[in-house]
Amino acid sequence: MSTDGWPLWEVFVRAKRGLSHSHVGSLHAPDAELALHNARDLYTRRQEGVSIWVVPAASITASSPEEKDSFFDPAADKVYRHPTFYDVPEDVEYL
Amino acid sequence: MTGSPALHAPLVEALADDALIYAQRLGEWISRAPQIEEDMALGNIALDLLGRARSLYTLLGSLDGTGRCEDDYAYWRDEREFRHVHLPEIERGDFADEMTRLLLLSSLDVERYAALASCDDVALAGIAAKGSAESRYHRDHARLWVLRLGAGTRESHARMTAALVRVAPYVDELFTDTAAEQAGVDAGFGVLPSSLREPVLGFVSAILTEATLDDVPDAGWHSRGGRDGIHSEALGYLIAEMQHLTRSHPGATW
Repeated sequence: MSTDGWPLWEVFVRAKRGLSHSHVGSLHAPDAELALHNARDLYTRRQEGVSIWVVPAASITASSPEEKDSFFDPAADKVYRHPTFYDVPEDVEYL
Repeated sequence: MTGSPALHAPLVEALADDALIYAQRLGEWISRAPQIEEDMALGNIALDLLGRARSLYTLLGSLDGTGRCEDDYAYWRDEREFRHVHLPEIERGDFADEMTRLLLLSSLDVERYAALASCDDVALAGIAAKGSAESRYHRDHARLWVLRLGAGTRESHARMTAALVRVAPYVDELFTDTAAEQAGVDAGFGVLPSSLREPVLGFVSAILTEATLDDVPDAGWHSRGGRDGIHSEALGYLIAEMQHLTRSHPGATW
């Protein structure tokens, strides 16, 4: 069986209810349904998740490393964008 | 408790041997599957079956009065003492062969373990409930591939058709009742394989139809005797590989 044509999928797993899906890795699969199956076998073998998303890697538009300066640096000195003036109550996880 | 330990033992032994031997066969796919992702998938299924076999052997040691442990059953019995049906032991074929075999065996496991999940033996019921859930996943994996291979290319369709011819002689044995199973059911324990024929093959047929494949063809001969310890040449090689390390170095740990 030739597998050259199997597209790449990016896998996102939600570890528990209330958390968001996090990128965990990628895999090859011929279609979405099998990508989901493969993701279950590769990335949730130890009960790591309660939900899985698979996304065709080709569908992801990513920022380019060359644009790093113009994209991210301007935020560095805008301290008022950060919620640093609030006290975080105790026992509030995942804020 | 309905039935008795002596009554349960041969039923548990048959289930355990089915699981162990197929785990060993499936393990052969690691590094040989079409993709590394599929290596993992088949390896996971094999490990599910191995875990199930271990639980069943541990239970069996308390049922048959010998007090044997899981390793005693797996490594220190000879060919004629294994009680699995023939299908899991036949040599590994191509990927279509394996998906066909997996579809049949996992469909059988889903049904028989679901039936056992409500039995009076609490330990066995627990193993069966877990086994039924695991096997639903195994069955789904086989289903996805059979659909894709059957309705895929001319080559994959031809290979699926050949795979169905290859497994056909081994299907009847899956649904043949043994004296032990009949005795169990007479005492209100267990499930007759013959009663599972329709749900299992009905499920399989529906998948094959959806995959644009013909049903499992009639075979000119049928395997039998696996539950009595009558096996094919293939089992000798399988258990030689499975057992040689333990037998060469008894008591070794690592």
